Amino acid sequence: MFKSIELSVGVFVGIGLAALFMLAMQASNLASLNNDGSYEITARFDNIGGLKVRSAVKVSGVKVGEVSAIDYDTEMFEAVVTMQVDDQYQQFPRDTIASIFTSGLLGEQYVSLEPGGDEKLLGNQSEIRHTQSAMVLEQLIGQFIFNQGSDKKDDNSPF
Amino acid sequence: MSETLIKIRNLHFSRDHLKIFDGVNMDIRAGSITAVMGPSGTGKTTLLKLIGGQLTPDEGEVIVDGQKVHQLNRAELYQLRKKMGMLFQSGALLTDLNVFDNIAFPLREHTNLSPSLIRSMVLLKLQAVGLSGAHQLMPSELSGGMARRVALARALALDPMMIMYDEPFTGQDPISLGVLVKLIQDTNQALGLTSILVSHDVEETMSIADDVIILSDGKVVVEGSREEIERSGSAYVRQFVHGEADGPVPFHYPGEAIDELLLKAAK
Amino acid sequence: MKTLSRILTRLGRGTIFLARTLAAIPQLFVRFGLVTKQLHSVGVHTLIIIIVAGLFVGMVLALQLHYTLTTFGAEDTLGLLVDLALVRELGPVVAALLFAGRAGSALTAEIGLMKATEQLSGLEMMAVDPIERIIAPRFFAGFLALPLLAAIFSAVGILGGYMVGVDLLGVDAGAFWSQIQDKVDFYDDVLNGIIKSIVFGFIVSWIAVFEGYDCVPTSEGVARATTRTVVNSSLAVLGMDFVLTAIMFN
Ligand SMILES: Nc1ncnc2c1ncn2[C@@H]1O[C@H](COP(=O)(O)OP(=O)(O)OP(=O)(O)O)[C@@H](O)[C@H]1O
Ligand SMILES: [Mg+2]
Repeated sequence: MFKSIELSVGVFVGIGLAALFMLAMQASNLASLNNDGSYEITARFDNIGGLKVRSAVKVSGVKVGEVSAIDYDTEMFEAVVTMQVDDQYQQFPRDTIASIFTSGLLGEQYVSLEPGGDEKLLGNQSEIRHTQSAMVLEQLIGQFIFNQGSDKKDDNSPF
Repeated sequence: MSETLIKIRNLHFSRDHLKIFDGVNMDIRAGSITAVMGPSGTGKTTLLKLIGGQLTPDEGEVIVDGQKVHQLNRAELYQLRKKMGMLFQSGALLTDLNVFDNIAFPLREHTNLSPSLIRSMVLLKLQAVGLSGAHQLMPSELSGGMARRVALARALALDPMMIMYDEPFTGQDPISLGVLVKLIQDTNQALGLTSILVSHDVEETMSIADDVIILSDGKVVVEGSREEIERSGSAYVRQFVHGEADGPVPFHYPGEAIDELLLKAAK
Repeated sequence: MKTLSRILTRLGRGTIFLARTLAAIPQLFVRFGLVTKQLHSVGVHTLIIIIVAGLFVGMVLALQLHYTLTTFGAEDTLGLLVDLALVRELGPVVAALLFAGRAGSALTAEIGLMKATEQLSGLEMMAVDPIERIIAPRFFAGFLALPLLAAIFSAVGILGGYMVGVDLLGVDAGAFWSQIQDKVDFYDDVLNGIIKSIVFGFIVSWIAVFEGYDCVPTSEGVARATTRTVVNSSLAVLGMDFVLTAIMFN
């Protein structure tokens, strides 16, 4: 009698732990986070747009790391983005370009790295020199309207 | 005859706005059987709960075995309660345990006896109340009378120094009633127990009680040894023995008189 | 005014009661058998209803979301949305509501009946503290069981969503899982969901054992207390859910 209670409670707790394990490993990003083997690089941007801590860092569309901190340098008036890049991707040349892109039209923003041709490689704690800020949609639209407007004027359009 | 085990002094207790005890004093001698009688609702169960420290009096004190019950801390109170057995009016068996485990419960909680020793102690207690065949039954499978006998066996399990019986006789057939009466008397004599016996069965109670206390209207109205009471022929005793509705003991719950209530209803 | 003071008195009684219950919990580790027995009645008996409910909720979510997502051509995010909805919100909340109805009401009724039949008084007179022996194991078992039940609810729900989304509606299985593994954050989403269910387990178990312990010891009193457990703990869960969500995900 008591043994069967213990058995069924054991089954219950077992299923519960299995469910927790599944939520952790299968149904979230825990398995793909490995914080132990990574190195740090920083980059400065005029404008980071909607970039956030934990946003992805990608090369050729492949995720190689993530943003670990975002600070603002009050002397240089720039945003400083710190990234953790997986140890297995260590072959980035010194003149790699970091840009902030948006996945899809309205998707999340991420840091894209484009390797250059320098012989020397980026090491731990090093800084990327060449950066390209985020495209802010409002600016783009503003520019677009401005261009349109000036074009239209020449055409003597009713607008 | 002997020393006092339970001493109650100037006990006041009220529930909501109903005064239940209004200056009660009593002494219960060690080793005696003291019968407490009184009409339904006078507070006999309440009195037992006050002695057991489950309720706290408004005023006055209860001294059991030299200890002031209501000034003890929790640990001391629990220590004292191990020496008190109480048989509840309803039996109060644990419904998720069978008869055997119910009686073994206080032993398992408070002693380190071996399972085999516990087993034989439990079976002996069950034998004493005539229910050794029923040890596998669940409380829901017992009749009211059987449940009360199991509860008695449980109350005796720890060999307490005193035991409080709250109406042990109700719902017993004449045979088991006789057995119970004898059992209460025997345990009282053999183990030197002090017993407080609350009961409405005047005849049975009077046959074994050493002392009798009658409560009415928040006060002790009659008190004395059985012989004194029998001899005195007090109006209270007569009313109880003969079951008369009219007499000094009020039968009605205190409140507005019936004619006033009827008048109000008519308006 | 009178109602207010009554509510405050009850709250005070409930808090003192909770403190005594919590103080009794360390002793339970010595006698874990008491908790095991309660885990059986609180957890095992609720398991089936949690699994069935989780499966259906996951399947309905997949159906509903798929319908909307196809209009944006974004079916690939189905798994992600089902997962987030379950892990952050529906898993903890629905499991807690089912738990209150199934296990909480049973706890209240059991304790209330023990009070009405003088079993609790009987324990006290046997020098056994009912809070240690009866209340604390039940409270603790409820507290342990709900997070597990909520996790089971979410996991089963995700599988239900997978069955409908992938097997029935033809969403790509790879996209289903990769979106989840890419975008569901363990700390922000899963762990916060688990914290929610721990808080709910605490609240529901507390309300259930307190209502039982504090009930008027009659059949009617027990019935009322049982109803109060279900109503109050459901409301408390929904209210706390709002507060926790505001704190965690804003
Ligand atoms: N929990 C309670 N709350 C309020 N009043 C109570 C409570 N319990 C008992 N009373 C009241 O206290 C009084 C005494 O009750 P008690 O149970 O002590 O009577 P009793 O003498 O044991 O009666 P009986 O012979 O019927 O068992 C009764 O008038 C009852 O109305
Ligand atoms: Mg009574």
